[in-house]
Amino acid sequence: MSRTPLYDAHRALGARMVDFAGWDMPVQYQGIIDEHTAVRTRAGLFDVSHMGEIELRGAGALDACQRATANDVRRLRDGSAQYSLLLHPEGGIVDDIIVHRLTAERVMICVNASNRAADFAYLREHATGADVVDVSDATALLALQGPRATAILARCTALPLAEIPRFAFAEGAVAGRAALVAHTGYTGEDGWELYTAAADARALWDALLATGEADGISPAGLGARDTLRLEAALPLYGHELGLDTSPYEARLGWVVQPAKGDFVGRAALLAAKARGPRRQLVGIELVDPGVPRAEYRVLRDGQAVGVLTSGTKSPTLGKGVALGYVDPAASAVGTALAVEIRGRAAAARVVPLPFYRHGGS
Amino acid sequence: MEFPDDLKYSREHEWVLVEGKVATVGITAFAEEQLGDVVFVELPAVGDKVTKDEAMGVVESVKAVSDVYAPVSGTVTEVNDDLPENTELVNEDCYGDGWMVKIELSDPTDLDELMTAAEYETFVQEQQE
Repeated sequence: MSRTPLYDAHRALGARMVDFAGWDMPVQYQGIIDEHTAVRTRAGLFDVSHMGEIELRGAGALDACQRATANDVRRLRDGSAQYSLLLHPEGGIVDDIIVHRLTAERVMICVNASNRAADFAYLREHATGADVVDVSDATALLALQGPRATAILARCTALPLAEIPRFAFAEGAVAGRAALVAHTGYTGEDGWELYTAAADARALWDALLATGEADGISPAGLGARDTLRLEAALPLYGHELGLDTSPYEARLGWVVQPAKGDFVGRAALLAAKARGPRRQLVGIELVDPGVPRAEYRVLRDGQAVGVLTSGTKSPTLGKGVALGYVDPAASAVGTALAVEIRGRAAAARVVPLPFYRHGGS
Repeated sequence: MEFPDDLKYSREHEWVLVEGKVATVGITAFAEEQLGDVVFVELPAVGDKVTKDEAMGVVESVKAVSDVYAPVSGTVTEVNDDLPENTELVNEDCYGDGWMVKIELSDPTDLDELMTAAEYETFVQEQQE
């Protein structure tokens, strides 16, 4: 199994480790709910160095990125980033990614750990005219998230954080180590993601935990990352997204920009849009007690109308929440449904997404 | 991890406190720690007949779903009604306020198959290796 540069730090903190996409990763330290609450109310620090970073370099980098990704790269300037998709030529989703424009000749794409090899092959095939370089092994990624994240980070860096809007980034020193500091995250909370050299990861990790101690920072594992992203209704590849998923069905129509010109999967996308969704990703809240989970069936009037892709008991809301695909006819907010839990139908309903919004909704 | 000496233990990680013909049952510190934060508990009803080594309830953590097995056969005489609304008791006090059910034994020889605290501790160590 692969280890991140922070493996020893996790063991020293008493983390419980699990295999995630071939990586030996911390699922929790003191407990998922405590860590979840720390991120919602104070701050949490995640090691997500298992994620991949692939760069496109050279004079053709932006054009190559425009052809290989589904969002419109022309909206980016140096120092800004966008959520995007790699689409299969037949329209399915190869991966969901974040594209960072470092310069007109250098783009860094953050990809899911489980898709790193497939994405690299995809970009080698489709991002023609650019040098495609996998820099994942040399790169560590720390996510500092929560309402205190900015205050903690500000004490470690001279970068003008207040001038970095969401989905923008800057490069500079953090705790004396070179880092790319991006105003992004996967928790539904304000926060930052710090890309740094693998050799600098431990020093940065220790400095952030020490600096944030007075703010109540907690190391946070993949368990809390999953419950946080689910409350925020952020999709997870392999659950909400896959090769059999259309962006329109996955509520990601805003990401794909067929008007920008040709790109991989565009024709299939237009056909899918014309055909209309076969199913729709929705938010489902349990009315009855219970914990909804991935792969549980969704029923309406006793008939199966869909399946859950992710579910949990929301630590913030104290009730069962889930994402799942249902028949479009059963997808309207307020629709009464049931989730089949161990052979019993637990009452549920379609609710607006996200389940949780930072600062209330 | 604590395994009180006055309890008996099953291979499915339930503990049993015997008082006369009644066995109080919960899950062990090893079980609750493996599960992590418990968020849902489903217990049998008073009057239900349970059978040794068969599932009688469910405990769910954030990440996992796990059956609770009856360590002895008999009739449920009492259930911990506080538990469904206060599932954190399983993590905070698994041998005390986190107890699950009381079972009136139908066959006291069921107890002979349960482990002592020392035997269970060895059993758990073997499981972790």
